[in-house]
Amino acid sequence: MREEARVTKEGKELQEETVSLAVPSHPKYLYVVRSAVYPVLSSAGFSRSETRKMVLAVDEACSNIIKHAYAGDTTKTIWLTLTLGGDRLRIELRDSGKKVDAGKIAPRDLKDIRPGGLGTHFMNSVFDSVQYDTSGGEGTLLTLTKKRS
Amino acid sequence: MKIEIVSEKTDAGYLLKLKGDVDMSSSPEVRSALGEAFRQGKGARALFVDLSQVRYMDSSGIATLVEAMQTCMKQGARLRLIDLSPAVRDVFEMARLSSVFDIFASVSDAAKGL
Repeated sequence: MREEARVTKEGKELQEETVSLAVPSHPKYLYVVRSAVYPVLSSAGFSRSETRKMVLAVDEACSNIIKHAYAGDTTKTIWLTLTLGGDRLRIELRDSGKKVDAGKIAPRDLKDIRPGGLGTHFMNSVFDSVQYDTSGGEGTLLTLTKKRS
Repeated sequence: MKIEIVSEKTDAGYLLKLKGDVDMSSSPEVRSALGEAFRQGKGARALFVDLSQVRYMDSSGIATLVEAMQTCMKQGARLRLIDLSPAVRDVFEMARLSSVFDIFASVSDAAKGL
């Protein structure tokens, strides 16, 4: 965990706290991700229900990385960074796998009852913004942000 | 995190009790247990799945239950879910599935009218 102070234009000091985690791209480590993320979000002032939903969305993001970016390869790494600063929570997930085609990612129609395809819907419904950045050298940087109430 | 699955035969069909986390890691085990319940309970009127002890469920768990519902429909049986834990209720609410599944407070309630 890292703490660092930033100063706004108005001279107000903002304390930023960052928690970083690197986990193997194996489904058995999703539990580790959830166990690490839950207390951080819970202590940041989110309600129990909001926290559960955000943890679910982060878990789904990791599952998507395992399935799509790494095509099931369990020997790769997923990097997570949670940053709490000011009135906002930012969660970054980075992989070194196949870059996502953000234009093709769309939540499925919930009226279409079928297995699969809910992860993107969960992320979009829980977080204020969901952004995919493929401009780096390899992999994708997914950034999830949410305003703290 | 392991999933514990207990399967038992009831008068109206098979009952599966799940305890633990249903995620991408454990869903194959749940899917396999459901498949076994379908084989063992062929001709049964219903398959009951008790979700009261499920601490966590993700979209792979939802997918497993949707598949089970589709299999039940093909076999002319009912899939009845029992006592959703708060975590399961959250994910059902987010996926707007509460009206898609038959959900009951207890096995005895779920067995009524079969």
